Amino acid sequence: MSSLSQRHLLGIKNITAKDIELIFETADTFKEVINRPIKKVPSLRDITIANIFFENSTRTRLSFELAEKRLSADVVNFSASTSSVKKGETLLDTVHNILAMKVDMVVMRHASVGAPHFLSKYIKANIVNAGDGTHEHPTQALLDTFSIREKLGDVQGKKVAIIGDILHSRVALSNIFALQKLGAKVMVCGPPTLLPKFIGSLGVQIELDVKKALEWCDVANVLRIQLERQQIKYFPSLREYSLYYGISKKMLDNLKKQIVIMHPGPINRGVELSSDAADSAHSIILDQVENGVAVRMAVLYLLAGATA
Amino acid sequence: MQKKLILDSDLLDITLSRLCEQLIENHGSFDDSVILGLQPRGIFLAELVQQKIRTLAKKEVPLGYLDATFYRDDFRRRDTPAKASETRVSFVIEGKRVILVDDVLFTGRTVRAALDAMIAFGRPEKVELLVLVDRTHTRDLPIAADYVGKYVNTLESQRVLVELVAQGHKQNRIWLINNKV
Repeated sequence: MSSLSQRHLLGIKNITAKDIELIFETADTFKEVINRPIKKVPSLRDITIANIFFENSTRTRLSFELAEKRLSADVVNFSASTSSVKKGETLLDTVHNILAMKVDMVVMRHASVGAPHFLSKYIKANIVNAGDGTHEHPTQALLDTFSIREKLGDVQGKKVAIIGDILHSRVALSNIFALQKLGAKVMVCGPPTLLPKFIGSLGVQIELDVKKALEWCDVANVLRIQLERQQIKYFPSLREYSLYYGISKKMLDNLKKQIVIMHPGPINRGVELSSDAADSAHSIILDQVENGVAVRMAVLYLLAGATA
Repeated sequence: MQKKLILDSDLLDITLSRLCEQLIENHGSFDDSVILGLQPRGIFLAELVQQKIRTLAKKEVPLGYLDATFYRDDFRRRDTPAKASETRVSFVIEGKRVILVDDVLFTGRTVRAALDAMIAFGRPEKVELLVLVDRTHTRDLPIAADYVGKYVNTLESQRVLVELVAQGHKQNRIWLINNKV
């Protein structure tokens, strides 16, 4: 009835459109909660959550931590750079040790694809994937689609272009799954070297010209160039990328209709998005951040509640 | 399944009038009074109370919806998490005389959660509870209503069903239902 079909949130691929709707409806009520003078509810007061981050993160980790605290959960933070992982401990041992201290839920980010899926086979605690390599980032896709629903009233039938470094983006893949499950039309746009070979098999449109993509879409989700994941050169220079794929306010003003600009952050101002475009009325980037806390509260609440 | 009618449309109207006269007696000008309907079903009754006071006393009492789902003490003790409803409190509760409204008072646990939820919006001067049906002898907590439409002796296995026109029913009716034993 009002529970998710899964015990874990590993990826959008594993959940249903109904699950997403339930998360959205729950997030609506939490959005009201976090705008109260007292932003805290006691729902998860008997739950301990470990945030295990094997990869750097500011926004996602802060957002999860705030969500957990606003639900009154006890929170422990763990980052790989300051831990025994450096001494050679395996992932499973690390997590078993954390769980031995009576932790109920694990929020994990890992550089390896499938790390949370692997863990879910061995441990009892609920797992929320906060990003696994270039694979999935489900809560980001949920907050992105939640923000589209909030701004445009519905996701069904909307045209969404995902623009930029699709190859290295977990946000792109999760977004494609979420948007398609909710009935949106999806286009990916970027230089051919940054579009994965399999992408056509997901049923998305492919566009190489960013101007055409902007003319087509209702929403443009602009992604960051992930230089830290690029071991080889995929384009000649950042300046050239910006020239061909950067989005400016002028381009947006020249369109026949008003489109919505989103970005999962962190923005490289002047590369994929110019400053005037990022700060324009088109942009809902900061709404995305606010919605992130509400959506993560909904996910944690629904997962924790089903384990009774 | 056996159904027994405990209140019909006419009786309900008389009962509501009596409850509102009692409110008028205690609140006078309603200057600092607010009504909070408890989600999901108390809000319909709260609206009826607000309308009735408007008719009887020509006063406009602010009305809010309060959802106590996140404050319940049975989280993780039931199979699925309870679904939350909208909370809409567009006024300040600090220093106000709050009239909590719900349709049925059973174990008292919803009211306890609602008291917690309400405190998140400020410290009221006084809180009262108005219920349409008070199921006596079923309380789990020391909670009592200040205004009661009808006392009904019930068994734990029974259920009180409130059907209001505002909820999409043909007429206002309240039933006592015997679930199969």
